[in-house]
Amino acid sequence: MKKLLILGAGTAGTMVANRLCQLLDRDEWKMTVVDQHPTHYYQPGFLFLPFGVYTKYDVVKPKRDFIPYGVELIMAPIEIIEPEQNRVRLGDGRYLDYDFLVIATGADIHPEQTPGLAEHEWGKSIHTFYSYEGAQALFKHLRTWKGGRMVVNVVDNPIKCPVAPLEFLMLADWFFHEKGMRDQVELIYATPLPGAFTKPIASKLLGGILEQKNIKVVPEFMVEHVDPDAKKIVSFDEQEVAYDLLVSVPLNMGSEVVGKSGLGDELNYIAVDKHTFLSDNYDNIFVLGDAAAIPTSKAGSVAHFAVDTFGENFVRYTEGQELQPLFDGHANCFIESGFGKGVLIDFNYDQEPLPGRYPLPGVGPFSLLEESEPNHWGKLMFRWMYWNILLKGHELPLPAHMSMNGKWLSKQAA
Amino acid sequence: MATRTIAGKTVQVNEEGFMTNPSEWSKEIAVEIAKEEGVGELTPTHWKVIEFCRQDAGNGGKAPTLRRITSVAGVTTKEMFALFPKGPAKKVARISGLGKPEGCV
Repeated sequence: MKKLLILGAGTAGTMVANRLCQLLDRDEWKMTVVDQHPTHYYQPGFLFLPFGVYTKYDVVKPKRDFIPYGVELIMAPIEIIEPEQNRVRLGDGRYLDYDFLVIATGADIHPEQTPGLAEHEWGKSIHTFYSYEGAQALFKHLRTWKGGRMVVNVVDNPIKCPVAPLEFLMLADWFFHEKGMRDQVELIYATPLPGAFTKPIASKLLGGILEQKNIKVVPEFMVEHVDPDAKKIVSFDEQEVAYDLLVSVPLNMGSEVVGKSGLGDELNYIAVDKHTFLSDNYDNIFVLGDAAAIPTSKAGSVAHFAVDTFGENFVRYTEGQELQPLFDGHANCFIESGFGKGVLIDFNYDQEPLPGRYPLPGVGPFSLLEESEPNHWGKLMFRWMYWNILLKGHELPLPAHMSMNGKWLSKQAA
Repeated sequence: MATRTIAGKTVQVNEEGFMTNPSEWSKEIAVEIAKEEGVGELTPTHWKVIEFCRQDAGNGGKAPTLRRITSVAGVTTKEMFALFPKGPAKKVARISGLGKPEGCV
């Protein structure tokens, strides 16, 4: 029996387990998944928790429910990966050896990396929605918040779901309107980027939407420390932004075990081929999802398209054939913009987001880079699709590769 | 692919003005771009960072992120902002004739 070991039962690891379970001959392969946390979170739902749109029942389910029959799930911390010995040591001292290893240990927030952030004001005037506990605490805080200056700050890139901070601000605009106190709230976005988003056309269009909603962007703001007593964030080049409520997106880093095992870069992400996910250094290690150092968004949609291309490629590889450069960096993200509307973007390594219609050219129902109601329904529908289709490794009626059909190049100059 | 002339040499650039062929780079070009970017005179510390970035990028032309520069090259983030004000990683990449750092996607 050949042994396939998957580290991490989050979005990417669970999808890999389900997809390979369908593709590999179960008489020849033993598949094992390791994870230390029993709960699977629908992370895109964290965005909605602070505003009471979702509750915990929408975003929390047991991981075990999504691991297919016949795949062994071991609940234990991972101590170290020993790639030279083709084995992994668990926290309880057990060794697991493998023929092929899939690392899907994801990324997490590290507020302790920014001085002043996670100290005595953490959970009081300083919050985050980038964790389940954080989003729940912020929900409680917002229920009684009297208003003032709310600053959303991204510490550094890359972060999971790079559009989430924008969505949070636009939902906040809607939320405070509904509460009849928008005029008592100032909304500010302090970001290390030169504008609202990374890619020029989307940055311009999204920047325009923020402006309409009276959300102020402070660009090129790289936070050095937080002064929790004076309630201000201070940048490396000594700019200051004062706040009454700071909503931080702390530094995102890959798993500690990756760094400890000598596999990661300075943020504990692992260097892989960006089209095949094969490790640069080991020919039997693949890295899927947020753990990989590839220049695409750290998001479930990317992991989904990635797993779509990875499955067949992996089977081919184990049969002694060459890997095909199948993954094109395809991402598509619904961006919730408040008041029952949303924006959709669709892009890859080479093509930045453009306006248009998706998935049917000219028809939609979704509009690219434009606010519309169907985009909002798409976002809400996505939660059902995530739990019932994506995680279980079923195919979506959407191609893994990005298509230029339905995208409007002529508007590029606009 | 567009081209432009810097310090008397015609080089290839992308739509954001980053040089696309690191082998077309020269120290004279670096001096010229540094002026354009408002960095001014290049000191030995500037050159230390530029040389680190050139070396780190190797032949692929992939520019290091700010975090990589500060963790490996022995320059603090604060110093980087003093040396290359406003978006240091992007500025040093441009001056070093490399592509845009891939940290921001």
